[in-house]
Amino acid sequence: MLGYIARRILMIVPTMLVISMVVFLVIQLPPGDYANTLMATMQDSGMDNFGVEALRKQYGLDQPVWIQYGRWIWGILSAGDFGYSFKWSVPVSQLIWDRLGLSVLVSLSALLLTWAIALPIGIFAAARKYTVGDYLASFIGFAGLAVPNFLLALLIMYGAFSIFGMSVGGLFSAEYVNAPWSFAKIGDLLSHIWIPALVVGLGGTASLIRIMRANLLDELGKPYVVTARAKGLGETRLLLKYPLRLALNPFVSSLAWVLPGLVSGETIVSIVLSLPTTGPLLLDALIAQDMYLAGSIILMLSVLTIVGTLLSDILLAILDPRVRYA
Amino acid sequence: MLEVEHAARAAKDRPDTLTRKRERYLAAGQWQLIWRRFRRHKLGLAGGAVAALIYLVALFAEFLAPTTFEEYTAAYRFAPPMPVEIVHIAQDGSWHWGLHTHPLVPTVDKVKMRRTLAPDGQTVVPIHFFVSGAPYKFWGIFPTDLHFFGTGDPKIPLMLLGGDRLGRDLLSRIIYGSRISLSIGLFGVAISLLLGVIIGGISGYIGGITDNLIQRLVEILDSIPSVPLWIGLAAIIPLTLAPELVYFLITLILALIGWTGLARVVRGRFLALKHEDFIIAARLDGASSLRIILRHMVPSFMSHIIAALSLAIPGMILAETALSYLGIGLRPPVVSWGVLLQDAQNIRTIVEAPWLLLPGGAVIVTVLALNFLGDGLRDAADPYST
Repeated sequence: MLGYIARRILMIVPTMLVISMVVFLVIQLPPGDYANTLMATMQDSGMDNFGVEALRKQYGLDQPVWIQYGRWIWGILSAGDFGYSFKWSVPVSQLIWDRLGLSVLVSLSALLLTWAIALPIGIFAAARKYTVGDYLASFIGFAGLAVPNFLLALLIMYGAFSIFGMSVGGLFSAEYVNAPWSFAKIGDLLSHIWIPALVVGLGGTASLIRIMRANLLDELGKPYVVTARAKGLGETRLLLKYPLRLALNPFVSSLAWVLPGLVSGETIVSIVLSLPTTGPLLLDALIAQDMYLAGSIILMLSVLTIVGTLLSDILLAILDPRVRYA
Repeated sequence: MLEVEHAARAAKDRPDTLTRKRERYLAAGQWQLIWRRFRRHKLGLAGGAVAALIYLVALFAEFLAPTTFEEYTAAYRFAPPMPVEIVHIAQDGSWHWGLHTHPLVPTVDKVKMRRTLAPDGQTVVPIHFFVSGAPYKFWGIFPTDLHFFGTGDPKIPLMLLGGDRLGRDLLSRIIYGSRISLSIGLFGVAISLLLGVIIGGISGYIGGITDNLIQRLVEILDSIPSVPLWIGLAAIIPLTLAPELVYFLITLILALIGWTGLARVVRGRFLALKHEDFIIAARLDGASSLRIILRHMVPSFMSHIIAALSLAIPGMILAETALSYLGIGLRPPVVSWGVLLQDAQNIRTIVEAPWLLLPGGAVIVTVLALNFLGDGLRDAADPYST
């Protein structure tokens, strides 16, 4: 068990290295740098080329790419220093942690909601195979797959506004936005978070319902189920006690590929609903070529996704001895 | 009872008791079997029909749209969808038969206290088929002004799905937009197929360390959340670039991130086929690697690839829509469903003109149809399995 976990954690190192390189390459690709953006906006205010060059030197923008990359990564690893946000004129680490926390919160809530929706529907669809309910369940799942989540966010905003006359953007009511953390603020957050969580989570439910249904159907045909039924075990108890537990394993491992999708969905939905998470900040930073901010957000989102995947793998190993000893 | 069943089943499987049905099954080719199995998948069949219809609309966009995508009528800004009626009873009690609509006239909405457009219930504007309207070049070549339907009156546009903020017909723009949105899906998938077949093929055929390295790379790429990466790549495209180049680059970006799924399918099939008897026979016969791949392997997993492709297209369409909606994908004057949805950015506009969300409906229908089609194809792709 420990060996398995150690192997998985070791595997993460090269993964993170490749990801950080890809991310840095992507944010390096745009022609020009923040100094150019600044120059364009400051041309009137008398800042000459010399000032721009000085700025470049100060932030190391005149160095070759790999040196910039090395400095950036070393700063993160040694001191948790993600670089400097040119646009906001503060270190990146001051900007992202709060927002990352909320991003994680929204994604995790979405995950829980996805499970809460997909699990019972999947079980139901398998137990009542080829009935109206089964088809309805698949249809709902497919609809969740086909509606782009930003459109769903728009529809919910429109519905809430035109029917209830309320606006659903944001994660906090106006009076709590700048308030320090308190129980009241957490309560306020919980009353807001379910809408983005639902919007983000609905896209992933379709595939989970299908996985659950397929797995359970595979198990239901096996001889041990027939035996249990022949011994007189009630249908519900039979379903929940044996096949469901076996069918749950692939469900847990599906976390690995559901998670990137959830983080992606969260990014878009938070832009549409203007949530105080990483999405809007990332879009802003990319448009302004605020490279360290944008890069740090993409990097941290990827890192968190991978850590989530790792956790799901460990969870699976605990649940299923076959994985541990493979 | 059980024994009888067993005997019956054994008889069915024995080659000397060929039933007519079984004979037809054994004689049928691979594609015939796939078609037979696909035909049983009713949702897949329906999805295929709808998808074919949508692609046909995209093909004949200029002719089917009541007007062009840039033709505007200033008086019809934010026009609500115009009604289509068959029977009209005038105030004097006389009847009018035939497909018609009513022009929109400015009225004051007394509840909301603002000026809106509402159909004038008196004037009857007949809707004609094969009518001349705004001139265009069919497929960019043949100049004509023939439209499938319309009012035939240049002063009264037919806006069945309403108009946008400049008074352009939304239906026409959705129909024109289908061309970009659908083709980006096709081209994007074509590029990812190329990447997927080459990389997945190398991985599966060579195996060993190469396979291991490529698979780790695919896993890493799959574990990065795609939207932040898409936004990052799309933000690179300069605002001043020509629309055709932006279109090309966006397609490339979608393909660069989307090839991993196809590579997995191809690799899986390569691995599965590598040790099949007929492949080993071909190799012992002295056939070259290229010949084995192209002549023996590709035909036998073609159906799997087609199924994987039709499941990959909707993802591309959704991605393009999202990027364009965020303002970092395609940009006006290019018309795609995502670009059209940009008009529905803020809640005030949506509340005043909810029909601006309709391009989203086109996205949903298309994605659903393609998903059902791909699902049916995937089930039918391996007709020899039970």
